[in-house]
Amino acid sequence: MYETTYHRASSVDEAAALFSKGSEAKFLAGGHTLIPVMKQRLASPSDVIDIGKIKDLIGVQLSGDTLVIKAATTYYDIMTNADVKKAIPAIAHLTSVLGDPAVRSRGTIGGSIANNDPAADFPAALISLGATVKTNKRSISADDFFKGLFTTALEDGEIITEVAFPVPEKAGYAKMRHPASRFALTGVFVTKTKAGDVRVAATGASQSGVMRVPAIEAALKANWSASALDGVSVSASGLLSDIHGSADYRANLVKVMAQRAVQAAG
Amino acid sequence: MSTVKLTVNGKAVSAEVEDRTLLVHLLRDHLNLTGTHVGCDTSQCGACVVHIDGRAVKSCTVLAGQAAGANVTTIEGIARGDELHPMQAAFRDNHGLQCGYCTPGMIMSAIDIVHRHGGELDEATVREELEGNICRCTGYHNIVKAVLDAAGRMKVAQAAE
Repeated sequence: MYETTYHRASSVDEAAALFSKGSEAKFLAGGHTLIPVMKQRLASPSDVIDIGKIKDLIGVQLSGDTLVIKAATTYYDIMTNADVKKAIPAIAHLTSVLGDPAVRSRGTIGGSIANNDPAADFPAALISLGATVKTNKRSISADDFFKGLFTTALEDGEIITEVAFPVPEKAGYAKMRHPASRFALTGVFVTKTKAGDVRVAATGASQSGVMRVPAIEAALKANWSASALDGVSVSASGLLSDIHGSADYRANLVKVMAQRAVQAAG
Repeated sequence: MSTVKLTVNGKAVSAEVEDRTLLVHLLRDHLNLTGTHVGCDTSQCGACVVHIDGRAVKSCTVLAGQAAGANVTTIEGIARGDELHPMQAAFRDNHGLQCGYCTPGMIMSAIDIVHRHGGELDEATVREELEGNICRCTGYHNIVKAVLDAAGRMKVAQAAE
């Protein structure tokens, strides 16, 4: 790891001010992406600004039909939170199959979506549920937030403060885990909104990161059941092909995971 | 350079370290607590697991500065004098170690597993929960036996307190 200067911010405003003073600063929450990348010398921030202990960025609130998860809340705190389990149990499940226990005790929702790894789990949940990302500057809909591999709508120095999820009628998540890394070989999140809309998002499948799956959405809108997807075929065009699985294999996985997600959603 | 102050195994400690220092190196190189190992150095193998404020974490993926003010427990801090922690005793009794390299991380993760699950542990749960700890001797069978044995001992010990 190259040399860096570590700062611990006690408020979002202080973090933003520290960021603007650094020549090439980076925010750090759980650090489970940034630190490995720094160790490989693929990132060499002049300053690392720790926002993981800012009290305003930690916690979960359920008010009416909106579940708010603050950005620096760890996966463990999300998966064990009573409001999450009650309002959107699919999020508790997603968090429980992410990484391993020691990773879950450090990693955060804000870090996951800011990094936007093409095989990360949370982007699929945000897109499928139609969530809103709030930052220290504005609100961004999930549809506008994710911009392809490792790219988001965040501007330099912008800090995610929370994610607001509309509580759905039903939602489910199913994931084929890579047996070593626990990343999603393909994961699918399905949502039936309270207004009756169906939104389906897949992670780990597309070359351009998290994606909606219109063919599956249409079939589920007509008939919300796993068997409704039996005759649906997902196009392999634009899907990832690597040593872990071909594009055709992933296209089939999108369908199979969607069926399992519908079964999990009930 | 920064001065990092934290509590390690119940003692207040302070070390002058570069900001890029990882917690595992603070423990091993500055505090001479070499029971915590560096295996893969890529957050996968779990040989470096310690507890920060009671939660199992991979100390190769935490900056020393992030642990400032925290309460850190390492493998050296769990026995009571000469009396092994029930998890250590169970690993010994069940032959839960072969070369021993992964053992400190296994034990620190396993204690966290028992704390989080209480009496609800079964073999499948232990195997799933140990996914972040890798034993290169592949000695998982006796490790799982040891964790289940220790879960019972820890429950008894807790009931006695």
